[in-house]
Amino acid sequence: MRKLGTQEVEDIAMGAAVMASGGGGNPYVGILIAKQTVAEFGEITLLELDEVPDDARVAVSMGLGAPTVLVEKVPAGPEPEYALEALEAEVGHTFDALLPSEAGGWNSLHPMLPAARRGIPLLDADGMGRAFPELQMVTWSMYGQSASPIGVADERGNRLLIKTDDNKRGEDLCRGATVEMGGNISLACYGMNGVQAKAHSVAGTYTLCENVGRILRKARAAHSNDASELMEALRAVELFRGKVQDVERRTIGGFARGVAHLEGFDAYKGSDMHVRFQNEFLIAEVDGVPVCTAPDLIAMFDTETLTPITGESLKYGCRALVLGIPCAPQWRTPEGLAVVGPAVFGYEGVEYIPVEERAGR
Amino acid sequence: MAKQWRIGIDVGGTNTDAVVLDDKLNLVAAVKSPTTEDVMGGIRNAMAAVLSDPAVDRSQIGYAMLGTTHCTNAIVERKRLDRVAVIRIGAPATAAIKPMIDWPADLRSAINDQWFLVQGGHEFDGREIAPFDADEVRRIAKEVKGSCDSVAISSVFSPVDASHEKAAAQIMREELGEDFPISISSEIGSVSLLERENATILNAALVNVAKTTSESFIAALDAEGIKDAEIYLCQNDGTLMSAEYAMRYPILTIACGPTNSIRGASFLTGLKDAVVVDIGGTTTDLGVLVHGFPRESMLAVEIGGVRTNFRMPDIISIGLGGGSIVRRHEDGTVTVGPDSVGYKVTEKALCFGGDTLTATDIVVARGMAPGVGDPEKVAFLAPDLVDKALACMVKMVEDCIDRMKTSAGDIDVVLVGGGSILMPDSLEGVAQLKRPENFGVANAVGSAISQVSGQIERVFSLDKLGRAETLEVAKGLARDEAVKAGADPDTIEIVEVEDVPLAYLPGNATRVRVKAVGDLRI
Repeated sequence: MRKLGTQEVEDIAMGAAVMASGGGGNPYVGILIAKQTVAEFGEITLLELDEVPDDARVAVSMGLGAPTVLVEKVPAGPEPEYALEALEAEVGHTFDALLPSEAGGWNSLHPMLPAARRGIPLLDADGMGRAFPELQMVTWSMYGQSASPIGVADERGNRLLIKTDDNKRGEDLCRGATVEMGGNISLACYGMNGVQAKAHSVAGTYTLCENVGRILRKARAAHSNDASELMEALRAVELFRGKVQDVERRTIGGFARGVAHLEGFDAYKGSDMHVRFQNEFLIAEVDGVPVCTAPDLIAMFDTETLTPITGESLKYGCRALVLGIPCAPQWRTPEGLAVVGPAVFGYEGVEYIPVEERAGR
Repeated sequence: MAKQWRIGIDVGGTNTDAVVLDDKLNLVAAVKSPTTEDVMGGIRNAMAAVLSDPAVDRSQIGYAMLGTTHCTNAIVERKRLDRVAVIRIGAPATAAIKPMIDWPADLRSAINDQWFLVQGGHEFDGREIAPFDADEVRRIAKEVKGSCDSVAISSVFSPVDASHEKAAAQIMREELGEDFPISISSEIGSVSLLERENATILNAALVNVAKTTSESFIAALDAEGIKDAEIYLCQNDGTLMSAEYAMRYPILTIACGPTNSIRGASFLTGLKDAVVVDIGGTTTDLGVLVHGFPRESMLAVEIGGVRTNFRMPDIISIGLGGGSIVRRHEDGTVTVGPDSVGYKVTEKALCFGGDTLTATDIVVARGMAPGVGDPEKVAFLAPDLVDKALACMVKMVEDCIDRMKTSAGDIDVVLVGGGSILMPDSLEGVAQLKRPENFGVANAVGSAISQVSGQIERVFSLDKLGRAETLEVAKGLARDEAVKAGADPDTIEIVEVEDVPLAYLPGNATRVRVKAVGDLRI
């Protein structure tokens, strides 16, 4: 058990922006909200996964919506609690601890708001070990846990309760609610006990994000763009260095899908990279050959400052260092690949090969 | 005949430059003069010097352009700033991040640190978050009367619908006076509430600085016998605003120096698409000209410790300059920089009788810089050291040019700055390499030849009009903005169109950004 203060929170948000693989929301907004929350309600308690009692009642607190809306219609603060209250009214009890769904600039910080306000702990774990675009793309789904019932709320205190027999259908229903509720909402879902949380979550995500964030902060303070320490912490593979020539984006089914085309420089001069995304970066190809695919992570950084580049900010002229990062081991099983493998995202015929194997290690 | 000559002035950290251009935009006279602490003194000196050049016919001067650090300095020094009443419309949303929460405390107190969160604002699709609370705004107006000099108003999704901001501004005017300075965020920034709000607050804090600057510039011209000239201030995107416009949007003058330098290099060489490489004593800065304008940076820009989303040129800097220190290592490799003797190169470098081996010594030894230093003093340098150091310097610059390039083919390069002697006459990946003669005053030339622009960035629902028609609407709005800023309607061109669909939202909500540019209406 340890406490998270403003520095830890800031590092987590920056690290999460890397682990989000291009998605997961804006770290700047997340950082400011979490800092204000800690200033008002005090430090947040973080429990390691194995410290959770077996009979503890645990829930996931997460945001859903458009990153572009998040940077404009900034949250009010209590909406994660409204969602939790909606869930609690249905299940008839309160929760002892909360955890995030994924690593993301906003989603890693979302559960900190209700945890700080209520004085309950957070778990050092999540359901992805990275970010994926949809609600059902979590390890809990893989182990047969239901997201339902799902508490939904907006900043005005409007609430919904969604009960569903299928996690993907739950995603569809929540996505529809997002639009009616202004583009960004809070959810409380995946109610579980301590035994389930320990068995079915990805452990240590907060600590990993914090390490990554600390490395980036130190690099920034030293005006260094040396990525070696970062790569070591993430066991990452350098995939490419290049500049963005073109970004094609289309909105399909409520997602920003598209492809970014990079032209290589330094050691990659003469090569091209294509990165395909559905909010998150999902598959990277160099000269037509896949070099990294989901569920492994693809992360981009500004080559001068190592600032993480999220999908929203990716545009013509960006100079990017592209890293491939091995995903949580749960995803590398047949069951895991059935939930988040390349085929799930429409890349039929692309075999999943771990990124470090593709790089010939 | 109308007066058609121009005087352009650029205030930099070290020097204030002034130039006069005739009606055909020929450079008639140029001076460099030290920047003074009060800034205005340096401007008066440079102006007096350039106007006393016998080639200048001051009765012909009809336009005066100023690129200045006044506003940047006021923010950085936390001096001369107005007391601002900050109003954000958006409650109950946005309460999780209070206005100015991550500002430096001294800057907050310099503008009197008073803010209010009011009910209202819009959703991305134009619905109201909550009804606008007009009574609360009227109450705030009464409360701040006498304790503020300027008002900054922001509202959630005002780039989509600015009606709540405008209603609030109207109430403030009714209570505080018709001419009371009011800045509204939809006229200043794009989507991203916090950055736009920050820019709006800084804008409000600078109203009097801009007013004083414009007035003293006019007075200085007047004292030199230049009356009735059209007065313009330079913006950081390489275009001009009229003095009246600058008094409403002073924040747009922030950091126009690098832009003027790139634009001036373009003008002096006639190139519209090129990489501009400015080699100084310690660093080399590279910027990119696209259609005659600097390419803008994608990273958020901090000014005086405040995060903003300004349009700033995309510049990369490397540690290579005339004073860069050259070293041979034990394994035989040779490195150049990043440390440098800087402006002391004329006393520290070997070729000037000093004791430090610098990049300048290498090119002097190679015979590439006739007239610089004493070649005898570096004749002893081993030829392989000179070769390796030169190859290293060239590679540093070539690699950087390659990074800044936007297409695979060779690109034109403009080489400027005192350290440009470090480079040979051809570089790999470079089509033409140009070294303009008057680069010393490129910044002031850049300010004198600036065009005027208008830009809009809004969220549109493509379902209403379709993409093609929506883009036409957006282009029309950008043209209107350019005309308002002083452009000749017949010369306006659309130079940039970008549309980005908003992730996760059906209805084809799309963020559209359009920039229009035209010649000054003369």
